Amino acid sequence: MKRLLAIAPVVVFALVLLGFMVGLRRDPSILPSMLIGKPLPAFALPPVRPGDVGLSSAELTGEPVLLNVFASWCGACRVEHPMLMRLSAQGVPIHGIDWKDQAADGAAWLARYGDPYRKAGNDGSGRAGIDMGVSGAPETFVIDRRGRVRYRQVGAITPEIWNETIGPLMAKLRAEP
Amino acid sequence: MKTRLMFAAVAALALLAAPVAAVTPDEQLSNPAQEARAQVLSRTLRCVVCQNQSIDDSNAPLAHDLRVILRERIAAGDSDEQAVAYLVQRYGDFVRLNPPMRGDTLVLWFGPLAVLLLGGVGVAFYLRGRTPGAISPLDAADEAELARLMASEEAE
Repeated sequence: MKRLLAIAPVVVFALVLLGFMVGLRRDPSILPSMLIGKPLPAFALPPVRPGDVGLSSAELTGEPVLLNVFASWCGACRVEHPMLMRLSAQGVPIHGIDWKDQAADGAAWLARYGDPYRKAGNDGSGRAGIDMGVSGAPETFVIDRRGRVRYRQVGAITPEIWNETIGPLMAKLRAEP
Repeated sequence: MKTRLMFAAVAALALLAAPVAAVTPDEQLSNPAQEARAQVLSRTLRCVVCQNQSIDDSNAPLAHDLRVILRERIAAGDSDEQAVAYLVQRYGDFVRLNPPMRGDTLVLWFGPLAVLLLGGVGVAFYLRGRTPGAISPLDAADEAELARLMASEEAE
C-alpha cells in the first residue's frame, strides 16, 4: 500500500503528460462535424459560371462525390487547387460551393486557374455553408451515393490526406450498394 | 498636478473604451428587448474562426453572420434555448462557451475538483506522517541499547 502510494505521483504525472501529448497535437481549428452519417442540409444554389445550372443538394446522390467549399478570397484554396485539378483529371467527381463570394469573382478565379468542378454553386450569403457547419475555406465533404455526409476535411486536401484518408474512403464508398 | 489630471483622464478614456463589442448598428434589432436578449446570448457563443472570442467580441465575417442569424431566430420568435440550439445543430456544442453538463462532460466539470481532492488527500497523508505523535515508542532492544549507551556515558 505504502509503495503504491509512493508511485502514485509518478502515475498521475505520466497520465497528465499523455493527456498533453495527445491534446496538444490536435489542431484546435478542426471541429467535429455534426453532419457525419446525416444527409446534407437542403440547398439550391445559383451558378458560379455564367450560363451554368448551379448546384442543389438533391443532385448529390447516385455516386460518391466530393463537395468542395472554396472562394476567390481564399489563399489556402489556391494551394489546394492543383490537387483538385489532378483528382478531377483522374475522374473523381468534385462539385464546388463558392462560399461567401461573388459569383463573378468565383467564375473569374476558375477561368484563371482552371476548373475542377462538375457542378458549382454560388453561396453568396454563406448560409448554405453555415447550414453545413462550414467554419472556413477550403473544406471538403465526402458524400456517399445516398447523399449522406461521410467525412469532413477542414483545410486543403494534401496528397497525404488523399492517399491515406479520402482516397481509400471514396474507394470504399464506391463499393457500397 | 497637471500630469495627475492627465493620467486620470487617460484612465477614464481607457475604461470607456474597454467594453466595446463588435456588433455594428445595422445588425441590431429594432426591438430593444430582443436586441438585449441577442447580446446576452451572443456573449455565450463562440466564434468558430477565432475560437476564444465570443461572436459578440469577434470581428470575423463568420461571427457577423452568426450574430445576424441569431437575431433572425430571435426576431422569428425563437426562445433563447431554440436560438442557441439552431447554431449547436450546425456547429456542435463547441459553439457554446459554457459547455452543457452531461454524461460525457462530467470530467470537464468535476475533473478539477477531483484533482483538488486528490491533492488534499496527498497533503493530509504527508502532514500526518510528519506529526511527532506518529513516532513509535522504543521496543525492548532499543531500551537495552539506550541503557548501555547511558551507562558507558556515565562511566567516562
